[in-house]
Amino acid sequence: MIELYLNLPVWVQASLKGLIAIGLIIPIAGACSLAERKISAWIQGRPGPNRARAWGLGYIPVLGPILQRLGVFHLMADGAKFVFKEDVVPGHVNKFYYYLAPLVALVPSLCTIVVVPFGAYFDAATETLKPLILADVDVGILAVFAIGSLSVYSLILAGWASNSKYPFLGGVRASAQLISYELSRTLSVIPVFLWVNAPGPEATLSLFAVVESQSQPGFWGGMWFVFLMPLCAFVFLVALFAETNRQPFDMPESEADLVGGFHTEYGEFKWSIFFVAEYAHMTIGSGVFVLLFLGGWNPLPWVPLEPLIAGLPVWLGGLIGASVFLGKTFFFIFLFMWVRWTLPRFRYDQVMKLGWQKLLPIAIANVIFYALAIALIERA
Amino acid sequence: MADILFHLFAFLTIGSSVAVVYNHNAVNSALAFLVGLVGVSGLFVLLDSFLLAVLMVLVYAGAVVALFLFIIMLLDMQGGERPPFSKPTAVAGLIGAALLTVCTMTLIRNFGGLETAEMGAIVPVGANLKHYADQLFTTYLLPVQVVGFLLLIAMLGVIVLSKKFEGMEDVK
Repeated sequence: MIELYLNLPVWVQASLKGLIAIGLIIPIAGACSLAERKISAWIQGRPGPNRARAWGLGYIPVLGPILQRLGVFHLMADGAKFVFKEDVVPGHVNKFYYYLAPLVALVPSLCTIVVVPFGAYFDAATETLKPLILADVDVGILAVFAIGSLSVYSLILAGWASNSKYPFLGGVRASAQLISYELSRTLSVIPVFLWVNAPGPEATLSLFAVVESQSQPGFWGGMWFVFLMPLCAFVFLVALFAETNRQPFDMPESEADLVGGFHTEYGEFKWSIFFVAEYAHMTIGSGVFVLLFLGGWNPLPWVPLEPLIAGLPVWLGGLIGASVFLGKTFFFIFLFMWVRWTLPRFRYDQVMKLGWQKLLPIAIANVIFYALAIALIERA
Repeated sequence: MADILFHLFAFLTIGSSVAVVYNHNAVNSALAFLVGLVGVSGLFVLLDSFLLAVLMVLVYAGAVVALFLFIIMLLDMQGGERPPFSKPTAVAGLIGAALLTVCTMTLIRNFGGLETAEMGAIVPVGANLKHYADQLFTTYLLPVQVVGFLLLIAMLGVIVLSKKFEGMEDVK
């Protein structure tokens, strides 16, 4: 099996790996939409979707009722509905951009997986920890930011191509908001990389290196960056909420004043693509947060993964690493939903004030503080 | 493989640049510009300078073109009638034509005379992250500062020109 795989041409191997990663992220995004409904119900003290029952599946003795109460069949019914509904295109839209927008939403959010490591395995031959990643490039985090920032065009295009007032307002808000928060988000990770990169000719922005530097021995080496740089983590998290258009920052949608925002004129499968893209974006954003500030695949602070899995078979070690990482990521997805169903939405002017007058100065002061502190520590 | 990709990205870049100029719809132009930037960043990747490629996408494609689109949408510019030649257009056209002539002349005169250096002999300034940063803060410190200052002046100028001041109260 492994022989056969290794004999394939490189590009086939790469495509296979990519397809597997996409095949993982899309079910996660689907499960997120179910989790969102269940968690919102839980927070609001109601049972949530629990009625639909698929013919056949629902009558399996123990599993059937459990699946029914989890609302899994609602998810399946939703999916089937989106696929089979008639594809209505309003007459007043710009057709080319109208169809392009959902694609532009989905493609960047799936592309970012390429540079995000989602686990690690112990390579017995070299006795080192290797990342489970599609492409371990030096520009790591910058590539995530760069490709992720392209998804703003989906909102702008959807708003503009819909050719009506509310979607248009949503698109304009989206472009302003995403650009504002990009600044703080990028500034907030600078201290992390200042800390990770030792003086010398080599430097890296790879996310694997960040996790490696959180799994060193000793008090400072094993410390997760969320303890070392809580302010960075906070600014990054707030900016992440704004970048993924999650409440309390979902200005582009804000159904109270803009009907549905940028996706008012969208229905059926195109609408669901927007949502798969949003959840994929959220999943990867949470993953990046976990890698940067929560030690990636290290199970606990000061407890690195490497000695734990060193003696185990490669596949088991890899599975443990990936599970720890995914577990933390799922917690952050839960946090996204928790916040969404707890906090009210900001007003648009509040979003802009928060971004430019609060978050950005904090992020800049933070960078200066950590740059000075790290310089002093290096000198000592 | 690299050759095919080079031609692909080169045609993408040139084609979309032509589309930027010839499109009547400003939104189409901005999006063609976006495609062109992605093409340029693809060319950077082929040159192994991943940092520049990523910065190109991050800064220009991710933020600058989004701002362009924001402005275009805010002003709701429709292509409309293009005015016939005015005096500045004529002068600009003359200068452009002169420059093009000089370039063509140089190209014809020195055709094939361009020295091709060994790949190993070229200092990869943009390839290594730290080297790039080091160069920015040492060799190219003055140009970076000057360009930053120019951008600051441009920004202040735009604010001053676009805001309507009424009396000294607003200035404060």
